[in-house]
Amino acid sequence: MGMSGRDGFGRALLELGQENERVVALCADLTESVRVQDFAEKYPERFFQIGIAEQDMIGTAAGMALAGYIPFATTYAVFAAQRANEQIRLAACYNQANVKIVVSHAGLTCGEDGATHQALEDIASMRVMPHMTVIVPADANEAYEATKAIAEMEGPAYLRVGRTPVANVTEGKGKFEIGKARKMRDGKDVTLIACGIMVEMALKASEMLAEEGIEAAVINMHTIKPLDEETIIKQAKETGCIVTAEEHSIIGGLGGAVAEVVAEHQPVPVIRVGTKDTFGESGPPEELLQKYGLTALDIVKAAKKAVDLKKQ
Amino acid sequence: MRSVEEIREISTRIKRDVIQLTSSNTGHPGGALGAADIIAELYFNRMNHDPKNPNREDRDRFVLSNGHICAALYSAMARSGYFELDELYTFRKINSRLQGHPSRKDLPGIETSSGPLGQGLSVANGIALANRLKGIDARIYCLVGDGEIQEGQIWEAVMTSAHYKLDRLALIISWNDIQIDGNVKDVMNIEPIADKFKAFGWNTIEIDGHDLHQIRAAFDAFEQHRGSPTAIIARTVIGKGVSFMENKAIWHGKAPSAEEAKKALEEIGPSQFGEDLNC
Ligand SMILES: Cc1ncc(C[n+]2csc(CCOP(=O)(O)OP(=O)(O)O)c2C)c(N)n1
Repeated sequence: MGMSGRDGFGRALLELGQENERVVALCADLTESVRVQDFAEKYPERFFQIGIAEQDMIGTAAGMALAGYIPFATTYAVFAAQRANEQIRLAACYNQANVKIVVSHAGLTCGEDGATHQALEDIASMRVMPHMTVIVPADANEAYEATKAIAEMEGPAYLRVGRTPVANVTEGKGKFEIGKARKMRDGKDVTLIACGIMVEMALKASEMLAEEGIEAAVINMHTIKPLDEETIIKQAKETGCIVTAEEHSIIGGLGGAVAEVVAEHQPVPVIRVGTKDTFGESGPPEELLQKYGLTALDIVKAAKKAVDLKKQ
Repeated sequence: MRSVEEIREISTRIKRDVIQLTSSNTGHPGGALGAADIIAELYFNRMNHDPKNPNREDRDRFVLSNGHICAALYSAMARSGYFELDELYTFRKINSRLQGHPSRKDLPGIETSSGPLGQGLSVANGIALANRLKGIDARIYCLVGDGEIQEGQIWEAVMTSAHYKLDRLALIISWNDIQIDGNVKDVMNIEPIADKFKAFGWNTIEIDGHDLHQIRAAFDAFEQHRGSPTAIIARTVIGKGVSFMENKAIWHGKAPSAEEAKKALEEIGPSQFGEDLNC
């Protein structure tokens, strides 16, 4: 097993502290959990503990951004995207403030803490915000790269990093660029478009499909917004059907975003793998992914269905 | 009416359950141990409730706002008859009604789902307002953590309770001066607590949250009080009763190992109330 997405973020943030003195970090009583601890210890004067007050944290971060800093505001996904939703909308997005919101513990792999903590709607609610950049890295390496990249760009960004360790799938797969999908595998029969931990599952699924004679292309769509429409349209043309996979509701997230583009520009069958308009629950991550249909096998089933639909 | 001695046995039982459950199933032992005394008094002496009829309209209600300490609540509910003891073993496992943070849709007797901090008092206010509208004279007890009151929504709700003179509502603040990132004072100071509540128009009572006589007296005083909501500021100790857990932030959400659990149970001591769990 590799590191978790949050580990990659923590490492990048620590380096950013050295590289750019305009980088500051804020946290809401989850410093260790969101991996801001090292930055806080090394740069105490640039670390701001806000307490359990996420709405206040987002507003404070926006203020610092408006005054010229590059604040990284960190907590769990539910408490940023969802609790502080309107603060993100007004203070960060409408102001076009240079606020970087980094969240962990999204999705089912948050595990035993249960539904209350498993954000399955945050990508949708962040993606809909004007001016927002939304990134869901596949592994620690990509989380590291994405952290560096959002520090470079101007404007609000939402970075969703994982809690559980995942295999390293992106190293050696070219340079990370915001808004540019990474092609992980070629294939002519179907395109699997995934983000976050589902990229690894999509790769596994593609191997299972290959054994049955179905060649699947795998796209790591780490940036949900701005979406790489060009790649989606190209893949729709080339493979004639698409499966999306995300650790999120099938409503409004990656699947929704891809379906919008495909419907408008290159209508082909799209099957979305994700949670089906439901809350999660407590349990070990592996068991939850299985129960809620987020495994490589679920992607395989969806891919076969998509290929069938294409033939009809 | 149960004696203070009986409540002490029950509280000890809850603490033992908390250790056994978090050790075998993960969870948050520290705050749960710290709230066991208050929860024991509420569920076994104070509240007018009917475990076999959890939706009875005129029941007194306990609103757990700091949902992460639910191991203590589940123990109190099982031990008072809301569900079978065996179900405790499912805590935090898949397909369980005993979610890692309380889920109202899953478990009858849970007044509101919680876990995300800062929302309980608003819901408690809503229940108190609805009871008043319906002419139901029942009490609402809402428990919050001290770190939790850093949330802005708490203070919005604090205004609402006072504005509507919700004198059937008691807010219990478990003041252990610990939150995840350290001492509450250092993370984000909330003091002075009592002065804040007084300034917001609340009746305030300060107690040692582990002294069962003081807990009892505080609830008696709340029941007598009219015209404003009551804040019971209870000095508690995170990890109460287990020397290596007391006052240590790390025990907020860490599961004790089998060895640590054994040591913890020895320190908590035996209980005359009920039997040990089998885990
Ligand atoms: C809105 C929100 N932010 C963050 C968290 C994560 N969290 C869970 S418990 C906790 C600390 C709670 O401190 P306190 O209220 O003092 O409870 P205690 O540690 O005493 O049990 C935090 C930050 C949460 N559950 N909800």
